[in-house]
Amino acid sequence: MSLARHWRLQNQRYRLLGVQCEDCGARLFPRRQVCPRCKSQNLQRYQFGGEGKVYSHTVVYDAPAGYEGFVPYIGALVELEEGPLIAAQLTDVDIDDVQIGMPVEMVTRRLRQYGEDGLIVYGYKFRPKLKEAP
Amino acid sequence: MMKPNREVGIVGYGAYIPRYRISAAEISRVWKMGEDTLHLEEKAVPGLDEDTATIAIEAARNAVRKAKIDPQKLGAIWLGSESKPYSVKPTATIVAEAVGATPHTTAADWEFACKAGTEAMQAAFGFVGSGMVQYAMAIGADTAQGRPGDQLEYTAGAGGAAFIIGPREESMAYLEGSHSYVSDTPDFFRRPSQHYPTHGSRFTGEPAYFTHSLMATQYLMDQLGYGPQDYDKVIFHQPNSKFPVRLAKRLGFAPEQYEDGLLVPVIGNAYAASSALGLAAVLDKADVGERILLASFGSGAGSDAFSFVTTELITRGRNPLPGVADYVTRRREIDYARYARHRGKLSMY
Ligand SMILES: [Zn+2]
Repeated sequence: MSLARHWRLQNQRYRLLGVQCEDCGARLFPRRQVCPRCKSQNLQRYQFGGEGKVYSHTVVYDAPAGYEGFVPYIGALVELEEGPLIAAQLTDVDIDDVQIGMPVEMVTRRLRQYGEDGLIVYGYKFRPKLKEAP
Repeated sequence: MMKPNREVGIVGYGAYIPRYRISAAEISRVWKMGEDTLHLEEKAVPGLDEDTATIAIEAARNAVRKAKIDPQKLGAIWLGSESKPYSVKPTATIVAEAVGATPHTTAADWEFACKAGTEAMQAAFGFVGSGMVQYAMAIGADTAQGRPGDQLEYTAGAGGAAFIIGPREESMAYLEGSHSYVSDTPDFFRRPSQHYPTHGSRFTGEPAYFTHSLMATQYLMDQLGYGPQDYDKVIFHQPNSKFPVRLAKRLGFAPEQYEDGLLVPVIGNAYAASSALGLAAVLDKADVGERILLASFGSGAGSDAFSFVTTELITRGRNPLPGVADYVTRRREIDYARYARHRGKLSMY
């Protein structure tokens, strides 16, 4: 476990902080140094709103080390409202209720812990949107 | 009575309650204790990936959205809880980072059993009232545990509520005054290495809950020159359904005054979030110009009492932000086996 690596990723994991390309307008998550669309290096911090839709999903029964406590869980690709696709777990939803296109919103949850005496890692997951805008 | 020189109030607030519920009947099926002794229908249970930090984060985010302020202007993030994810390492810094309040701010965890959240609120009024900061956030959040089979297992719930304290002009409800009443009363405690608390059964009632809540509330009303008839709504700490109702009746309050803030039958005792969630539920429904009394209770023991009046800003953000009722109606019932897994009562190794 690298405490420093987890610490460096916090802004990205806690708040969906990405970048926006100042030349072509592409919004990117996770953060990059170079815009994959126009190769510009003129990228500014961009705060994503946290809303999106389920693009695809799969049920994970055989989890990697550190995630065993959550099985079975749902891994998904979520298409953020601002464009990017991101991989994340879905939470607060029953496996049978997940559907492609389902509106979801970002929440901060426990991603994993390094044993009973180690670091607890927090980060984004997505859950079915709690309340529709009126 | 306490009141800062500068007028202060609640400029935003937010709630969170986990999705899972276990019914009193299901707990009773396993332990055969008689489900109706505490008058609870069900209680909220955190998900496998939830803890006090994640609960506090969602309540705090809702509060920031409701207040419509830049989180960088929060001069304090104070979290009251008895179920911190780390014994040493503040939970408040995790919340501060997640809501975007870091790094030029203060952050700390507060401890006073079930009144840790209102203790932080009391201090936040002083911090803002003195002019040291423009806004301060006080949060009560818990995922409390009872020993399996203990009476507490029927009641120990989970939830969080966050309040952003700021100047009166921006407030949804302003503070008229507050009072705190404490004594060294060993009604309920947990030693550092212990997983579950010890409680004094009958001792938790009269000398602890009732005496402290009554004294704080009565003193505050006397100082303000008010009686129970002057309040539209009242909220007390809710360790079970019986205590707050008995307390309200003893002080002369009627059901229409205390029912809106009484959440314990459907979510259980959310500890540091218990009375705070009750206040959030009341504010969710309040009209302009309502007078509201809040009195928390924390074992060990003490009570913080506050008198608020709602302003014309009270309905700000009511839609589309989720309110207490949205979280109460979002529910997924689980059985005792799943509950045991959620609460870490099953050992995998
Ligand atoms: Zn570009």
